[in-house]
Amino acid sequence: MTLSRGLRQRLVQFACVAIVFGAWQIGSTTGALDPLILPPLSAIVVQLGAVLRAGTVWADLGVTLAELAIAFAFAVAIGLPAGFLVSRSRLAVRAFDPLIAGLYAVPTILLYPLYLLFFGIGPPSKIALGATMAVFPIVLSTIAGFTHVNAVRLAAARSMGASPVQLFGRVLVPEAFPVVIAGLRMGLVLGFLAILGGETLTSNVGLGHEIVTMAESLEPAKMFAYITVAIAAASALNALTSYVELRGRRHERA
Amino acid sequence: MTGRVAVIRLAAIALLAIAWEVLARRFANPLFVAPPSATLVAAFALLDDPDVVRALLAALQELAIAFVIAVAAGVVIAVPLGLSTFWRGAFLPLVLGLYAIPQVTVLPLFVRIFGLGPPTKIAFGVTHGVFAVILTVIAGMRTIDPILLRAATSLGATRRQLIFNVVLPSLVPSLFTGMRLAMSGVLLGVLLAELYVSTTGIGFFTQAFTNAFAPAKLFALILLLATIAIALNELARVAERRFSRWRT
Repeated sequence: MTLSRGLRQRLVQFACVAIVFGAWQIGSTTGALDPLILPPLSAIVVQLGAVLRAGTVWADLGVTLAELAIAFAFAVAIGLPAGFLVSRSRLAVRAFDPLIAGLYAVPTILLYPLYLLFFGIGPPSKIALGATMAVFPIVLSTIAGFTHVNAVRLAAARSMGASPVQLFGRVLVPEAFPVVIAGLRMGLVLGFLAILGGETLTSNVGLGHEIVTMAESLEPAKMFAYITVAIAAASALNALTSYVELRGRRHERA
Repeated sequence: MTGRVAVIRLAAIALLAIAWEVLARRFANPLFVAPPSATLVAAFALLDDPDVVRALLAALQELAIAFVIAVAAGVVIAVPLGLSTFWRGAFLPLVLGLYAIPQVTVLPLFVRIFGLGPPTKIAFGVTHGVFAVILTVIAGMRTIDPILLRAATSLGATRRQLIFNVVLPSLVPSLFTGMRLAMSGVLLGVLLAELYVSTTGIGFFTQAFTNAFAPAKLFALILLLATIAIALNELARVAERRFSRWRT
């Protein structure tokens, strides 16, 4: 055996995936697995091609992403100023930071029935849910970012006569930036999951809604095609935001 | 200082409650919004309703079972992976890949497989909780002092003794961290499934109260569930703090 360690590990991974997918394909074509639950992979691939070509999936994805964009805008508009205000007083940080962190631990999805009552089953209830989910990491990271500003830099800028605006733009924001951007990323990703969740629970549009509809109308292959799109969208969002976060941090250090 | 912190916190909560009470009474449509006073009254009334209590107890039971399975399965999966750098390197990317899947998209599949009853909710709770345990236990195993392992081996410990007398005891702190994270995951998974299934359990009541435009009852049910969630999270947090103290 002269294969390198890394290569052998890749082989194990490949074998695992191959075994699972192989068993899935064979099981569902021979009927050992219920094809209404796990349709053959080949059928899913065919459906995925058809779904992508038909293009309606882009409209569904568009609805979900538009909900996310609005929810995120709300979360940023509320979370950044609120976090900044709390961070300005040590007393406020000690009073509110644990309170907000405690609320964050409550599953946000519990509010969804209320949002459905207030805003109906359309996109606004998803936007409210996504915004609620996203605002917590944003507030908490803003508080953390602005309270851990390097005291020496702050004192130096002050003693050199920096105005409050200069202090804010030249010292506070650059110092807090790496922490805040991590919270923004967290908010965006969690917001996306919350919106998908809302769409899955009760909705009339969006990616999650389509997945449920297909599950109920016994079109499992199409459902898996849509699930694939949702997973791809989540991965893309994750990769994109971690790239932006990394770029932002590097830019900061330079 | 601590006294003032508590006062500010309580004052903020009281202010919010009063604002909610006043706004709800004066301006809001009573078909959609209930003031906190009515919510509290409704909460006590719900606790007298045997059907609601049964649904809450069923949810608690699902949470408990899902939590135990998630923690046990997480440890059973993580310990062998953590013992070998080769297998950890091989399987960790697969675990992380699975973890990255937005699980809520496969919730309809869970219902198809496990039905409308507790098994779906337990299974969904397990898949939401198990990853935190796997990842924290594997991370904890990487920090085990190699000198301890070498000492035990050179004293003639068998592999079994090594696992039960060295590895597992030193895993306790990270296990409790994993259990705290698993608790919030299990809560999310079970509650998602409970809300999704609207024919039985909690989902039935949220739907029924919404359709009946009975906001006080709906608010009260959410309040009760949030209280359960906060209590369970706190329990896990206190346990973590207590059992990671002897880390040093």
